Amino acid sequence: MLKDITIDQYFPGKSIVHRLDARFKIIITMIFIVMIFAADTIWSLMTGIAFMLLSYALTALKPSLMVKSLKPVVPVLVITAVLNMFFFEGEEIFRFAFISITDEGVKNAVFMLLRVVSLIVGSSVLTYTTSPVELTGAMEKLLSPLKIFKFPVHELAMMMTISLRFIPTLIEETEKIISAQKARGADFENGSLKERAAAIVPVLVPLFISAFRRAEELALAMECRCYRGGEGRTRMKQLKTGPADIASLVVSFFFLAAVFFIDRKMK
Amino acid sequence: MSAENIISSKNLCFSYEQGKEILKEINIDIKRGEFTALLGHNGSGKSTFARLTNAILVPTKGSMNVFGMDTSDEGKLYDIRQNVGMVFQNPDNQIVAAVVEEDVAFGLENTGVPPAEIRERVDEALKAVGMYEYRDHSPGMLSGGQKQRIAIAGIIAMRPECIVLDEPTAMLDPAGRKDVMRTIRMLGERYGITVVLITHYMDEAVRADRVIVIDEGKPILDGTPKQVFSHVDILKKTGLDVPQVTELVHKLNRYGFDLDPQILTEEECAAALAFVLKEGKS
Ligand SMILES: Nc1ncnc2c1ncn2[C@@H]1O[C@H](COP(=O)(O)OP(=O)(O)O)[C@@H](O)[C@H]1O
Ligand SMILES: [Mg+2]
Repeated sequence: MLKDITIDQYFPGKSIVHRLDARFKIIITMIFIVMIFAADTIWSLMTGIAFMLLSYALTALKPSLMVKSLKPVVPVLVITAVLNMFFFEGEEIFRFAFISITDEGVKNAVFMLLRVVSLIVGSSVLTYTTSPVELTGAMEKLLSPLKIFKFPVHELAMMMTISLRFIPTLIEETEKIISAQKARGADFENGSLKERAAAIVPVLVPLFISAFRRAEELALAMECRCYRGGEGRTRMKQLKTGPADIASLVVSFFFLAAVFFIDRKMK
Repeated sequence: MSAENIISSKNLCFSYEQGKEILKEINIDIKRGEFTALLGHNGSGKSTFARLTNAILVPTKGSMNVFGMDTSDEGKLYDIRQNVGMVFQNPDNQIVAAVVEEDVAFGLENTGVPPAEIRERVDEALKAVGMYEYRDHSPGMLSGGQKQRIAIAGIIAMRPECIVLDEPTAMLDPAGRKDVMRTIRMLGERYGITVVLITHYMDEAVRADRVIVIDEGKPILDGTPKQVFSHVDILKKTGLDVPQVTELVHKLNRYGFDLDPQILTEEECAAALAFVLKEGKS
């Protein structure tokens, strides 16, 4: 179950999206997020989604991966959609006992659903095609102006690199501990909320102990490999800006403009 | 100058807490190109000694010299660490990046090597350990032995004179152990790197040029594998195993046979036994 989380996974490849400058990919993702949230009508939202699907198609990744990224969030999606349906004033289109569903409610539910799904799929276009080190390297570059305010940009990027590296390891470990506790008769599925919460404690304690031990060993290994912060550090993969990067940025702005234009027209 | 001492400790003492000395008056010289195995039971101070060789720890008394640099000299810290690479027991906890080649590049990036050269050295190191095809994989997908080879590649890429490996095979399955041991021997044979291997597998130590046994923070035996493993009683008393062949020879000798106590390999043993059996018949 925990293994289904793919949000931070990288799938190496040679597609045009893979080869884009990671800084541009981050900026384009942000433009896309603005698109999705600014879209007020179904047509503008569709424009945003078209942009996302186009980007996804260009990654040359299997469409099934798109579904995979959504799997863990399905319950959340269903709950938000249902809640949205019930709690909006508007013209009633369906009534059963005290439950009333309005047209506004349905519209909001659909919007919400499309927005969240696009956000997840859109950001996985970024994480699927960009290696964590490139991603955090690009963030470091983008945030580097903050260094003049003594903001620890390099440290933040390194922390992200390490987190992305260790998330799968810790997930795997959590699953191992859960199985071990189950084998000893721990019950995570039944009982009151309080009982289930109590059953989590014997999972968290060994997990924390192990995470601290890992952190200590990793810090030692990093020191042994001459790590001394961001000063004087080079990178194997240089971020290079090419015509493709500029072109994709222009296309994204074009879609963003289209979203605003359509909204203005349709209102 | 091929026989110079590259690691040299003089009356080295070390304690983590005052009054509790972990290493006591250690004098160990390690020659360039030598393959040394360091043995000792748990808590005897092997890892502590390893950490003294690359200035993670500094002696509380005496001195540690590496390539003529005193490890207490703060200014030489990174020169020392670049020349004494270290590989640890847990393959998971020494891999920093989420992509194999980026992890191998980590040390080079830290020391400010130009990007094009990093690329070249990373590819070369990955080919040397036979993991080049896995360069864009996530380490999570690899076996323990493969991860350990990645860790070794990360060190080779830095082109150190010496590698200290702290029980690198302790968490591996037999196949992984074999691969990693082959890689470790290659370090010396192909690159002339000086290897210090901390281990508690006797079959690994048998292959070394030199074996040092540490007990309670002091070296008690030091010599070729043949010399060291012939002291079966001392080894047993310190809680160590001896290679199976040595054990067999030792037992037979106790029952009145007269076999060479320095026999180490199965072939030698078989030959010696065959000889004795033939003699007995005639
Ligand atoms: N960070 C530390 N602080 C205090 N004592 C330590 C520390 N690390 C190791 N020791 C102690 O030093 C002794 C030697 O440990 P170590 O060098 O790890 O032995 P080995 O690697 O041979 O098993 C042990 O008794 C251990 O408890
Ligand atoms: Mg140890």
